[in-house]
Amino acid sequence: MVKIVVSRVLFAIPLLLIITTFSFLLVSLIPGDPVASILGEGATPQQYAELRAQLGLDQPLAVQYLRYMGGLFTGDLGTSISIQPGQPVAAIVWTRLPVTLSLSLVTLVVTLVVGVLIGLAAAMSRGVTGRVAQIGSLLGVSIPNFWLGVLLVLLFSITWKVLPATGYVPIQQSPVLWAQSLVLPVVTLGLAGIASVARQTRGSVNDTLSRDYVRTLLAAGTPRYQIVFKHALRNAGIPVVSVLGFLFIGIFGGTIVIEQVFAMSGIGQLTISAVTNHDIPVIQGVVVVTTIVVLIVNLAVDLLYFALNPKARR
Amino acid sequence: MSIELQATNASVETKPQKRPLRRLLRKPFAVVSIAWLAVLAILCGLAPWLPLQDPLQQNLTATLQLPSAAHLLGTDSLGRDILSRIAWGGQDALLGALEAVVVALVIGLPLGVIAGYAGGWFDQLAGRFADILFALPALIIVLALAAVFGTSTAVSMASLGVIYSASYLRLARASTLAMRNELYVDAARVSGISRPAIVFGHILPNTVGPLIIQSTLTFGAALLIQASLGFLGLGSPPPTPSWGAMTSEASLYMIQQPWLMVPAGLVLLLTILAVNLIGDELRDGSTASVKASVLERARPARAAAPGTTAAPPASDVLLEVQGLSVSFDPGGPEAANVVEEVGFTIARGETVGLVGESGSGKTMTALAILNLLPFPGTVTEGRILFEGRDLVGLPEKEMARIRGQRIGMVSQEPMVALDPSFTVRSQLVGPLRRHRRLSRAQARAEAVTLLELVGIPDPPAVLRKYPHELSGGMAQRVAIAIALSGDPALLIADEPTTALDVTVQAGILELLRSLQQRLGMAVILVTHDLGVVADICSRAVVMQKGRIVESALVDDLFDRPQHPYTRGLIAATPSLVDLGGEHEPA
Repeated sequence: MVKIVVSRVLFAIPLLLIITTFSFLLVSLIPGDPVASILGEGATPQQYAELRAQLGLDQPLAVQYLRYMGGLFTGDLGTSISIQPGQPVAAIVWTRLPVTLSLSLVTLVVTLVVGVLIGLAAAMSRGVTGRVAQIGSLLGVSIPNFWLGVLLVLLFSITWKVLPATGYVPIQQSPVLWAQSLVLPVVTLGLAGIASVARQTRGSVNDTLSRDYVRTLLAAGTPRYQIVFKHALRNAGIPVVSVLGFLFIGIFGGTIVIEQVFAMSGIGQLTISAVTNHDIPVIQGVVVVTTIVVLIVNLAVDLLYFALNPKARR
Repeated sequence: MSIELQATNASVETKPQKRPLRRLLRKPFAVVSIAWLAVLAILCGLAPWLPLQDPLQQNLTATLQLPSAAHLLGTDSLGRDILSRIAWGGQDALLGALEAVVVALVIGLPLGVIAGYAGGWFDQLAGRFADILFALPALIIVLALAAVFGTSTAVSMASLGVIYSASYLRLARASTLAMRNELYVDAARVSGISRPAIVFGHILPNTVGPLIIQSTLTFGAALLIQASLGFLGLGSPPPTPSWGAMTSEASLYMIQQPWLMVPAGLVLLLTILAVNLIGDELRDGSTASVKASVLERARPARAAAPGTTAAPPASDVLLEVQGLSVSFDPGGPEAANVVEEVGFTIARGETVGLVGESGSGKTMTALAILNLLPFPGTVTEGRILFEGRDLVGLPEKEMARIRGQRIGMVSQEPMVALDPSFTVRSQLVGPLRRHRRLSRAQARAEAVTLLELVGIPDPPAVLRKYPHELSGGMAQRVAIAIALSGDPALLIADEPTTALDVTVQAGILELLRSLQQRLGMAVILVTHDLGVVADICSRAVVMQKGRIVESALVDDLFDRPQHPYTRGLIAATPSLVDLGGEHEPA
């Protein structure tokens, strides 16, 4: 177990290094003069000089890079330029993180549970039901989530008034309201994932049930429910878990749109306003923090994979 | 029918896809999808020349209108014609998605082919490049680049193309790697054909199928991301129509005019759905169909005849098979039967060989006894009297009580016959508890005894192991232990030694012989190897093409084979010929 964690962390280091370098280079990628293009027209020379110094652009590139990386090690992600001028990016991201993490982690769990159950049901049924499941899952993957989100709000919040349309309530404040505020966003964000997990599970269960050992189990008089829920589900779970990392990346990216639809002030909304306001340090911070979150979740997924699959343990 | 289906699919799997388009045109969903995309492409592509209104023409006296003759899809909040805006916005959407696909293809394909063909450090580097592109949400990277380069469809879709190139890279690398090791590529190399000629002549043509599928999926994903950007206000700047931005505008007026939500969103959904459907159908065609579930049973073709104990069975007869026919096409011609009017009896404590070459119906006969015929196989005629009770058409619940408890089964490939995710202990304890009604502790103790019985040294250590940690011979011994867990009166061993090393085979046969003598159970040994039959069976039933051609005591069978097929089988078994002294030792 410790070995796995160590090897995964070692694997993550070069990745983190490259992504942070990419994020650093964002400033130099700006075509023309970055300071002028961030400030736009009508900036005073003093503002110009200040921003130039703040971005460290008066230094040679190598010095800038070392400073930037050094800052990252101490948790310094730079300073916001335009969204909350003068505020440390780390603090801004930190206050937004719980919203996005709640949304994406709850969605991940719901997606996994519901997707596996639907996939299992689809695998057990043949003919028309199987066809319906196939079309249904394609529909789930294809539906634009922002459109679905707005339609759900129209239905559940405006027409039936059963769920809040917007906003996020921290769990410390009220667990019930927290859960309520997450229902529509989670459904909207999770549908595509549910569909693809269901597809994956269906294929995987079908594959498992065609294996020889199922015959061994049957020949030993094992009841069918045990074969399905114990043996097939366990073996079918392995390929499903192996794509969980990608699923999370997809969900985390989806929060950008979902937070906008449901007016939740998380990382996604932060990113959008950073883009529209040319707040490059905030964008850099978002890229770095997102990478770290993704790496941590992937580590957890890897551990789950090893726990499930005896062949991967050595 | 399903057998045919699998046969055709197997041939599709081995051959590269032939005429994927023509096959596509036979699928109704695919045809509708292609038609929709064609209509959309014409509408968007010819928008400037079609009799559409100006997409930017505002009319503040006719805002938020429902569909009418003047405005087929109604008007938006500024009175602009929605149909026209969809058509004009579609140009941007479709071309943008195409741009992402092309960029991804242009970067990913060559890198992947080179990585797969050259290997070495370049392969490593390319693999890492792909890993990194996959490690972050695409939308975040696109947004980060949009912050730098500005929000335009062309830039966003190019960035997205770079990210998606990772999928193409992996795909092209995998196909190249697979193709590189194909014999005909080797042959081409040996015959001095140049590398580029091999790549363009042999490798690339074979990657076309998977690349088309990948491209449809990429196109759909790009369309979705682009619409998301439009919705977020990070697409093309406002007056320009875009599907995503139209949805966003519609959401502002959804209380006044819910209809506004329908056109742009639905067009987007239908387009992405159509692209995915096409990709799906192409993919289904290129992979073999799902193998039939072992759990699935055909409905019995011959009705159950409860309580048919024709004549009270002779006390020492354990199993009596009468006129058994098995078909995979019930209702079809009788010639299609895989087992035809087979009859034999097994006495208690007797070891009988069921002999024949592959396809002779011996395994199907054995599976029919346990009612485990693979779908859609079913017993069409005959009876299987086990301890005086007809097993044909017996309800699954009662059958489950006989399986493992009264009749045990050992199958051919021990390495795949055990569930890879559970320890030997767990796979033994389950049946032991079920069959012998033991507590967990008792079952664990009994598992040790059982493993000792099948000749496994150090049972406690083996109990902790997973199947992949066992050798073939060891796994087969465990499988035998599982089959014995219910103390069965009959053990069916289906080619129990075929998949094992020659040195291990003798040990397993010896084990079966000693178990049979010690436990006094009857054994049906299904095999193609007459040497094995000579070794441990007292009688043999020889099958050919689904019929029994000879049934005799083993000694008589070898001394005076009656049927030419039996003679052929004997002649084809070197060890037996050795016995007769007609064969020179090698």
